[in-house]
Amino acid sequence: MKSLLRTSVAAVVALTLTTFSAAAENVLKWGAQRDVVSLDPYSYGDTFTIAVLNHVYEGLVRYDEKLQIAPALATSWEVVSPTVWRFHLRKGVKFHNGAPFTADDVIASLIRVSDPASPLRGNLPAYKGATKVDDYTVEINTTPNYPLLLNDLTNIVIFDKEWLVANHAEAPTDVGKGVEGYATSHANGTGPFKILSRKPDAETVFEVNKDWWDKPKHNIDKIIFTPITSSATRVAALLSGEIDFTNSAPLQDIPRLQASPDIKVLASNELRTVFFLFNRTDKTIASDITDKNPMNDIKVRQAMYQSIDIDALQKKVMRGLSRNTGSLIAPAIPGYVDALDSRLPYDPDAAKKLLAEAGYPNGFSFSFVCENDGYVNEEEICQAVSSMWARVGLKANLDVAPTSLQTAKFESGKFDVGILGWANEPMIDSFSILVQVVHSKIDTSGVFNWGGWKYPEVDALIDSAGKELDREKRLGFQTQALTKVKDDIAFLPLHQQPMAWAMGPKIESIVQLTDNKPRFWLTMMK
Amino acid sequence: MLAIIVKRIGNAALVMLVVAFIAFMIFQFLGDPVQLMLNSQATQGDRDALRIRLGLDQPVIIQFFTFVVRALHGDFGVSFRNQREVMSLIAERFPATFELVMVSTVLALLIGIPLGVFAAINPKNLAARAARMVSMIGISVPAFVIGIVLILVFSVQLGWLPAFGRGEVVQFGTWSTGLLTPSGRLALIMPSISLALFQISFIMRLVTAEMLEVLRTDYIKFARARGLPDRSVHFRHALKNCMMPVVTMTGMMIGDLIAFALVTETVFQWPGMGLLFVQAVMFIDIPVMAAYLMIVSVIFITLNTIVDFVYLAVDPRLRQAGSGGGGHVR
Amino acid sequence: MSVETQATKTPDAPRFARLRAFLDGDLAHGFFHTPSAVISALVLLLIALTAIAAPLLSPQNPYDLTQLFLDKAELPPIWSAGGEAPYLLGTDVQGRDIFSAILYGSRISLMIGFASVIVSVLIGIAVGLTSGYIGGRIDNFLMRVGDLVLSIPTLLVAILVSAIFRQLLPVSLRDAFTPVILTTSIAITSWVQYARIVRASTMVEARKEYVLAARILQLPSSKIMVSHILPNVMTAVLVTATLNLGLAILAEATLSFLGVGMPVTQPSLGTLIRIGNQYFFSGSWWVVLFPALQLSLIILAVNLLGDWLRDALNPKLR
Repeated sequence: MKSLLRTSVAAVVALTLTTFSAAAENVLKWGAQRDVVSLDPYSYGDTFTIAVLNHVYEGLVRYDEKLQIAPALATSWEVVSPTVWRFHLRKGVKFHNGAPFTADDVIASLIRVSDPASPLRGNLPAYKGATKVDDYTVEINTTPNYPLLLNDLTNIVIFDKEWLVANHAEAPTDVGKGVEGYATSHANGTGPFKILSRKPDAETVFEVNKDWWDKPKHNIDKIIFTPITSSATRVAALLSGEIDFTNSAPLQDIPRLQASPDIKVLASNELRTVFFLFNRTDKTIASDITDKNPMNDIKVRQAMYQSIDIDALQKKVMRGLSRNTGSLIAPAIPGYVDALDSRLPYDPDAAKKLLAEAGYPNGFSFSFVCENDGYVNEEEICQAVSSMWARVGLKANLDVAPTSLQTAKFESGKFDVGILGWANEPMIDSFSILVQVVHSKIDTSGVFNWGGWKYPEVDALIDSAGKELDREKRLGFQTQALTKVKDDIAFLPLHQQPMAWAMGPKIESIVQLTDNKPRFWLTMMK
Repeated sequence: MLAIIVKRIGNAALVMLVVAFIAFMIFQFLGDPVQLMLNSQATQGDRDALRIRLGLDQPVIIQFFTFVVRALHGDFGVSFRNQREVMSLIAERFPATFELVMVSTVLALLIGIPLGVFAAINPKNLAARAARMVSMIGISVPAFVIGIVLILVFSVQLGWLPAFGRGEVVQFGTWSTGLLTPSGRLALIMPSISLALFQISFIMRLVTAEMLEVLRTDYIKFARARGLPDRSVHFRHALKNCMMPVVTMTGMMIGDLIAFALVTETVFQWPGMGLLFVQAVMFIDIPVMAAYLMIVSVIFITLNTIVDFVYLAVDPRLRQAGSGGGGHVR
Repeated sequence: MSVETQATKTPDAPRFARLRAFLDGDLAHGFFHTPSAVISALVLLLIALTAIAAPLLSPQNPYDLTQLFLDKAELPPIWSAGGEAPYLLGTDVQGRDIFSAILYGSRISLMIGFASVIVSVLIGIAVGLTSGYIGGRIDNFLMRVGDLVLSIPTLLVAILVSAIFRQLLPVSLRDAFTPVILTTSIAITSWVQYARIVRASTMVEARKEYVLAARILQLPSSKIMVSHILPNVMTAVLVTATLNLGLAILAEATLSFLGVGMPVTQPSLGTLIRIGNQYFFSGSWWVVLFPALQLSLIILAVNLLGDWLRDALNPKLR
């Protein structure tokens, strides 16, 4: 017993006396709100995953510090014909495993991303095929006069063909096959960092790629990426120096973080606009109105719009950091004009009157599908809006769950009102939202047309924009399309959501662009 | 004796088979796996092909048999969410949970036993009463509330201890440990205390109760009569006699602790298999849920069976009786 | 009433005699001389009364969305700077009055706790009587089921059951049925103890001469037995139930804290702590502190009372 006590005392002393050991190299500890879903950038159409994996994988072109398109793995390009683009590839680039980068790798990657099972297929809507001209030249075939190929290619990253073939990963991971894909847990890119180790949901370690083709503008040796889902824990970790950086500082904690002398907060509006979607089919999903769908009546949609007190939402839920909007796109997105931004006034009495006129003086109930891990304070937004709607008699059956579950409901149209945030990335052009969300579901268009809305006139405008090389004319079509959608209240816009990064004293400088993507190859540490 | 052992093992196997059936039913009825696995672009042909490939066109009994055979080989399929083999995910997470549970158990024994002895020897002592009261609070305040308070005080206010995770870990093949690095040991302190609190109180009360009983026996009275010093009577004779229930209860508690660790792991973002399970529940990641249920049950049943055997070996009377009533903590 | 007369006439019901003694004042005397028991009983009574009277006492119905106003969100308690009149303990981020939410939340917590204990006692008595009286294969089967329930950790079963049921229910019914689901998922993991107690007692009783006599006379022996057995096991069941009440309340709070329990639209104390946990850095400490205090107080009071009851009624029952 005596010796037992003695060893226990010794153990307790040993536990408490030890401190953190200091590392000689520059290690950046990054605490994120959630993990990347996979190391395979083609496994899931998820902006955050792609942003993280952009440290490892690169595309033919990329956005520079001013969000302009710049050469990356391609050095130059030209339009050969309305349907053919030719790209000249960078020579001397090596993958992390040492294999040289050539035209074969580009072809294999394009085949992989356009595979029918690829969730990223919609990000390359105009792609028709690709051919190798020589080892350092490829040609990409598109639909005629497609104007935005370069924008699309910023997020189409390049894999090593031999590596894909050797590991049977030529096609994107198919969970249904019952075997895990090699690329899900291994990576081999050309980017500034390589993957050292990965434990899903726990820790992923990136190590600097000393053989990177570009001149490094960073001094980081290692990035330790840890998902910390609880926002309170994330803040605690930042305050106590356990992490150096988070790309999602909880809005409610920003004043607290700013008050700390060691912590710097970078907060502004990002490109993403958050809006509500309506089920526009003939039938409701979960409502006390079953013979018809009230959402198809513009009066009902307007009543829902006017019963939302957007200022209260902005002030309380978004802590004054969001930008209220009447438009589906942020001002920085081409296609935006000021006229789009005006909102219908908040007027619950008018809303009640509109509902009565539409034949629902006592309101009705409906399903309201929201996520709890998607947009900034999304669950709180949905709760607050539910109580605003309740005051005009609209009973929302709020259904909150993680994105992966709700996406399945959206894709199968199982919602009456839903929520969506669209950043127009990677295109950074309103054509993105128009072709993927607003357009009817035809071929690769309307992938996110979850509620079955149909506006033939708008479709025609979008189609014209999709084959118009003159930028001004094209944006004219797009603005017109956005105006028509706005006039019919096809969607219910809320705000451009805020982005908030916070960092500890070890970070000297960092580049934050409106696309809300951390770029550690442009980050200096002390 | 041998017959009883065989019977007990048979029972355990039967219970395991039923647990496997429950896990299998979760898999079957919590949504159509085909619906969950394929993306929305899949055609009816793809769906039928997958249905055949997964064996879903077979009778349920055959499917269950296949499920059990695969589970015995450690094959629980691929996680919907992580797209990784469930078994390797769990194997990766197991050391974290195991370490947390073991450290908590050691803490519970190191603190609970001395306190229990103290309370038994001096039942009227004010400090002993205070200890009893504190142990009551330890049982009553939810573990997650204690976790939140610990983080608030020691991470945020004082900045002494890390608020989340395991710190730096050392990898030995597939096993990882945080015990060998300073940051790993620091990270263990708060989670293990918040997990151990319930067990500390429990062991303390158990030891006190057993001690009080033993101290009343003739055996102890004789020892005192022989003029042995109090200290020797209390520790060498009395405590030794009540260690048996303590050890067996601790053994059974470990199973409970592994399950209950999921709360602690959630609060401290401890990357163990409990956190994996909680996330799987949120995302309805059925293969992970089914695998976790089966693995924890195996551990639980194995521990309980071992405890039964220990009792059998020690107490011959039980060899006659039927099923021994397993006391359960939670 | 008949049960009582039955017991006083039967000399072989010592445990019940003790309960009888309590009513006669012996135990009541002990109760009033145990401060911890008196205080916990008073605290519990107060909490239960305020919870029952929640609609009368609270300035707001936290379940009625039309009563939540964003401009009243995150107000501090009334005694702090910035606190506002009806909101005694402040409000949360949706403008929910914490005081009202605690009263309503305690109501849910207590309701689910009591309901699940009652359900599990009823299941336990039914299974125990059947098992002990009929014996043989049915007894064997029921006890195997009991072993099975005990061989999966309680918390795990509760999480799985509540997650699965919530997933299977349509959205419009989900919130309304959650308390029932939670009660069920907690109850189905805790009936085994009662079943074992009742079964053991039934087996002893079944061998008694009066049962044999009743059988020979073709009287409804089972009926007589039940009225003999129940008084015998009442104390043991009562003590176990009180101790389990604390665990049941804790289980509900844990499930709600993990996010598989009560939804935010009808918060229980566990849900309130989960919500509040996200805000304790932003200075809104009241959102997490008060519900956590109330929850700990309830469980502590129940446990102290159960502890006292156990010691008082049967010192040997551990």
